[in-house]
Amino acid sequence: MTLHVDTPAPPRPGPRRSAGHRGPGRSRGFARFDLRATPYFLVSPYFLLFAIFGIFPLGYTLWVSLHEWELAGDKTLVGFDNYTELITDGAFWNAVVNTLGMFAMSTIPQLALALLLANALNKRIRGRLFFRLGVLLPLITSVVAVAVVFTQLYGRDYGMINWFLSLFDVDPINWQNQKWSSWIAISTMIDWRWTGYNAIILLAAMQTIPKDLYEAAAIDGATARRQFWQITVPMLRPTIIFTVFISTIGGLTLFTEPVMFDGNPTMAGGTTGQYQTVAMFIVKEAFRDFDFGYAAAAAWLLFVLILIGTLINYSFTRRIGGSK
Amino acid sequence: MLNNTRHGKLAAVAVMAATALAITSCGSSESPAPAANAGGSSAAAEPVTITVHTFGGGENFGYDKAVETWNAAHPNIQVKYQNLTDRFEDVYLPQLLQRLQAGSGAADIIAVDEGAMGLMKARPQFFTDLAEYGLESRKADFPAAKWDNGINADNKLFALGTDIGGMTMCYRTDLFEKAGLPTEREEVGKLWPDWSAFMEIGKKFQAANPGKSDPKFLDGPNTLYNVILSQEAPKNGNVAYFDKSNQLVLETNPAIKTSFDLVKSFSEAGLTAKLASFTPPWNAAIKKGAFATMGCPAWMLGVVSGAAGDENKGKWDVAAVPGGAGNWGGSYLAVPKQSKHPKEAAEVLNYLTGKEGHVMAFQEAAAFPSSIPAQQDPAVSELKNPFFNDAPTGQIFGASVKDLLPTFLGEKHAQVKTSVEKVLEGMDQGSIPYDQAWTRFVEAGVKAAG
Repeated sequence: MTLHVDTPAPPRPGPRRSAGHRGPGRSRGFARFDLRATPYFLVSPYFLLFAIFGIFPLGYTLWVSLHEWELAGDKTLVGFDNYTELITDGAFWNAVVNTLGMFAMSTIPQLALALLLANALNKRIRGRLFFRLGVLLPLITSVVAVAVVFTQLYGRDYGMINWFLSLFDVDPINWQNQKWSSWIAISTMIDWRWTGYNAIILLAAMQTIPKDLYEAAAIDGATARRQFWQITVPMLRPTIIFTVFISTIGGLTLFTEPVMFDGNPTMAGGTTGQYQTVAMFIVKEAFRDFDFGYAAAAAWLLFVLILIGTLINYSFTRRIGGSK
Repeated sequence: MLNNTRHGKLAAVAVMAATALAITSCGSSESPAPAANAGGSSAAAEPVTITVHTFGGGENFGYDKAVETWNAAHPNIQVKYQNLTDRFEDVYLPQLLQRLQAGSGAADIIAVDEGAMGLMKARPQFFTDLAEYGLESRKADFPAAKWDNGINADNKLFALGTDIGGMTMCYRTDLFEKAGLPTEREEVGKLWPDWSAFMEIGKKFQAANPGKSDPKFLDGPNTLYNVILSQEAPKNGNVAYFDKSNQLVLETNPAIKTSFDLVKSFSEAGLTAKLASFTPPWNAAIKKGAFATMGCPAWMLGVVSGAAGDENKGKWDVAAVPGGAGNWGGSYLAVPKQSKHPKEAAEVLNYLTGKEGHVMAFQEAAAFPSSIPAQQDPAVSELKNPFFNDAPTGQIFGASVKDLLPTFLGEKHAQVKTSVEKVLEGMDQGSIPYDQAWTRFVEAGVKAAG
């Protein structure tokens, strides 16, 4: 599909030149074809891979979602039944609320912290390289390891956080048992892992801001704080938009941390689904209840959700440091 | 960039060649494999490897010794045994279904828990007919109900029984002693002829352990619930969540409601450590002695000894269960159709479910044999379990399976079971109020069955 030979060729004198070189006939036709097709051929691996791993699964998921499709069982075409059922399914909306809640709870502090961290790392401090590498360290640890360690910390009976609280005579908290406590626990896992990543991206962008802007501002008597808000943040706008995009997609497909936090892989996200995310809901429907069609429909709704979320965030962040 | 056409053509040719190479190499890496396998099965002299996949915590199926013995005696049929996970419903089963559907990846012999037999029976297209390899002759070895459960929707024999789940109560002698209760297993069994007596002992135990971090009487709601359900179901037509025509009877089956109510009363009395079974905190609690008793089908002994570790050897013991006989669990072995060596696989399956295999599995993991010759073997009936304070487990479980009638489990039993047990956990841990728990329980079951 990406190898359309008869798409408009670049306005080059190719045919005429090669005609002159090679003379008329078949080889002229081949040279012409060659010249037009080769660029497409050279870029085709990406598009082929994208078609195989991007477009095809998307289309196939849509096809599956229109069926009552049991894992290793029967399949019957049911049209949009799965979608209508899903829209009235309280468990699905519970998962949506959880996902959005944990997204807001983790992403907002995470990006704010990353921005401050990047600003600090951009200063002239001793051992800059050490600190810069340091903030990236959490990222290179496996997400499963992070989740396992944090889950141990938040353990009800033998967890370190409850032990610490017990020093102040606070009753042990069953972190998994309530929405607020489980969301806090999961958000800290996400923040611990991703804050440094975002900070490094923002730092890289900060370093491209011309120094003379700051010098001029300093001469005009602008404080460091004012310089940060009036120069750094507006100049970082495209990068902030990028980090918000990435965080939105990551946050809305949140999966590993809550799964590990649950302890048993039923994908239920707690006893009443306190922290079941949409991604967990999909896996539960497909691989625990063996209802492939329903899971596929939920996957499509998640896709739409991410599109909406990204658009909202885009319209929000494009106002950052807008022209005055 | 493409001013030099010759260059461009060279590049194009190179890319094409590379792609062609990639495609052919992908193809060629796959094609010889089946050919080699086909050669293997036709020529009997060539050694064949039979893979066996099981599940389960602790000592799981206890096939280490049995496989070793077989491999030593059969150089031409080597068995590779692998326990995939300790979780059946939510890890092993989905993986197995995907592999069956995909047509590859499943082992030559797979283990299936009783809870998913309904699901497997409804999918005869994936399994080898064991009668083709002469295993129909084993019929006399098994209790009728265990044998019948291995017959699928096409009326073919597709699975043979491994263990069976006679019921006892495991308890910690050291914790009982500290609470001033008797520790000798005969006396302990006499403490609780029924569940209300059990509850009284529980209250007594906890009165002696009033502190926040003191051990609790029970692990959590799920184990207790399944033990009681396995006793109640036979009183109500031998059905649990589904009746024999596969209709959901969760709300109307008195067995379910009775079990639920009993569990609720234990939870309300604060006798549980609020743990969900087969989770890391549950395993840790077994190791640390955070609770004193737990309902134990035979296979659970292997789970307990595995989770508790050698340092707790002798602290546990086994007594009679309140409320009489019941069957929870017990598994089967089957040969998927995708197996390249069904004949050899059937041979190994015959061995593992035969007397010798059963006896060794019982010695290793306390999985009580379902086959009658193995049950009658002195190696089983006279066996004592050193981990459980030398309890005569052979005798105890032998007595507990005598009048045992297995419960009918519907096609979606595993899904319903997982969903309703979540509600029990939530009720026990306080995220679901007691007065809403039954409604939520029914809702969860209906949703999972739908």
